[in-house]
Amino acid sequence: MLSKSQARAFFFGGTAVTFLIFIGLTIYSLAPSNDQTNHHNITEQVIKGKHLWEANNCMGCHTIMGEGAYYAPELTKVIDRKGAPLVKAILQSPVPWAPNGRKMVAYEMTDEEADAMVEYFKWIGQLDLNGFERIVSPLAKDK
Amino acid sequence: MKYKSQQVAYWFFALCMLLFALQIVYGFIMGFARIGMDGLHDWIPFNTARAVHTNLLVIWLLTGFMGAAYYIIPEEAQRELVSVKLAYVQLISLALVGVAAITGYHFNIWEGRKFLEIPRELDYLVVVNVLLFLGIILATLFKGKRQTTTALVMVMGLVFAALLYLPGMIWFDSQVTDSFFRWWVVHLWVEGVWELIMGGILAFLLIKLTGVDREVIEKWLYVIVGLTFLSGILGTGHHYYYIGVNKIWLIVGGVFSALEPLAFLAMALFAVYMYRKGEKNHPNKLALFWTIGAAIVSFVGAGLLGFAHTLPQTNLYTHGTLVTAMHGHYAFWGAYAMIVLAIISYAMPNMTGRKRYDKLNGHLAFWLSNIGMLGMVVALGVAGVVQVYLERRLGMDFMVAQEEVKIHFVVMLINATVFATGITLYIYEFIKFGRPTDEALEMKEEEEHILVK
Repeated sequence: MLSKSQARAFFFGGTAVTFLIFIGLTIYSLAPSNDQTNHHNITEQVIKGKHLWEANNCMGCHTIMGEGAYYAPELTKVIDRKGAPLVKAILQSPVPWAPNGRKMVAYEMTDEEADAMVEYFKWIGQLDLNGFERIVSPLAKDK
Repeated sequence: MKYKSQQVAYWFFALCMLLFALQIVYGFIMGFARIGMDGLHDWIPFNTARAVHTNLLVIWLLTGFMGAAYYIIPEEAQRELVSVKLAYVQLISLALVGVAAITGYHFNIWEGRKFLEIPRELDYLVVVNVLLFLGIILATLFKGKRQTTTALVMVMGLVFAALLYLPGMIWFDSQVTDSFFRWWVVHLWVEGVWELIMGGILAFLLIKLTGVDREVIEKWLYVIVGLTFLSGILGTGHHYYYIGVNKIWLIVGGVFSALEPLAFLAMALFAVYMYRKGEKNHPNKLALFWTIGAAIVSFVGAGLLGFAHTLPQTNLYTHGTLVTAMHGHYAFWGAYAMIVLAIISYAMPNMTGRKRYDKLNGHLAFWLSNIGMLGMVVALGVAGVVQVYLERRLGMDFMVAQEEVKIHFVVMLINATVFATGITLYIYEFIKFGRPTDEALEMKEEEEHILVK
């Protein structure tokens, strides 16, 4: 029968081994040679877009790369689906955008801010998401 | 209750009740918005309600864990807390940081990263607060007469939870790297170190309620938390399938997260077996219901429903849909909300000296909240599956599919009302217990005499 010290050894040993493997895999998958994100394409505008994305908690309604709140559409490949002019118009609208009656906050972004958001979405749209990019945006599949 | 300083737990539990009630209110705001009734949109848009709903959950659960620690650690270490005054300072500062964060969300002041919306400036205050908490707990534990496995596992969970908060505070230019490390916090909390805290509380409750020998319970506690980490750490990979990192995670995440239900199954079997093995007939039936209930519902919610969409082949379609919300609700409810409600149910009669063990209201609270939550989860699950088919398989537009699933949110709201009724009764019972009394300390001998059959 298992003793308490054996159980303790199982806990500490198992934890240590799996944690080390986890760290190893993290280093491996974030190594530049395994980049699937076109990291070199992250411009100042993309970074500004990410700041705006966070500052307005867009993830509180939308999803991006499948992560968010499921209340508003997935925005991976949104530029492919809707085009930059419409996306900019929605972000700059002084009245809430409300497709099918579901309201979005009217952010009234400046031209510069809306451009940064578009660049951010374009960068997201180029990610290799291991096949998810084709499932999540069926309307953009054939483009 | 053996030590006067344990009374500080009461105020943590009271804050829990307040925040939990508020969390439910914001849940209703979201539910109504989903069926088109969004009259509050100008003041509380969905993203505010959502951030408040999830952050209140995290804050009230952490408050509950802290209250549990202040109750359990003195009893396990067999001494008073090193400083009650500092514990109150910690409670008040925690409440202030929480209120500041939640208020900020109503004025577009946040950091829109799911579950970690607290702005970085406030993050530093959270760190100071948690360090103070850990200081009090660790000093009490190591100055105490004994360091039990139950206490050590629980404290290990609390220390790791604090450490894992740090990767979430780093800024990354890439959304992918940002998400990658955000899951270090969120996943390794809820499917890792929080389970140590849960395991510690569960072991404490089982020792007290069933009378089974501590050595036996603590041995199996090691096995369970061992299984948790063995599967949970590499199970983080299930968040990395489709966010722009290497395909290796499809294999690693798939295999190890498929093992995650085993840890929860072990926990459920452990709790039920210890209950059956126990010879003590503890009069606090409600605490026993919540304790065994937490072990079983966490297996279903976190284990089985998690497994339902964790394989990469399934997750390719369910990732980013209401299926995740379905799993999230039952997992948090079973694993963490119920264990906090269990320790509160156990501690309240001991702290106040009022033996409201077996009241009808208490039983109604248990059953109504559990039935209501199950109904909500089924409604969310149906909505999620419909969404997957319409949107991901048939290629329908997001909002067209959302119109189709509206009816399931009506069902969800009806069940949420049942759930909220249960929680209202729980809070009513909490209030009826009244404040902790010093007479409860004197009742210790009599209490133990009655408890052992």
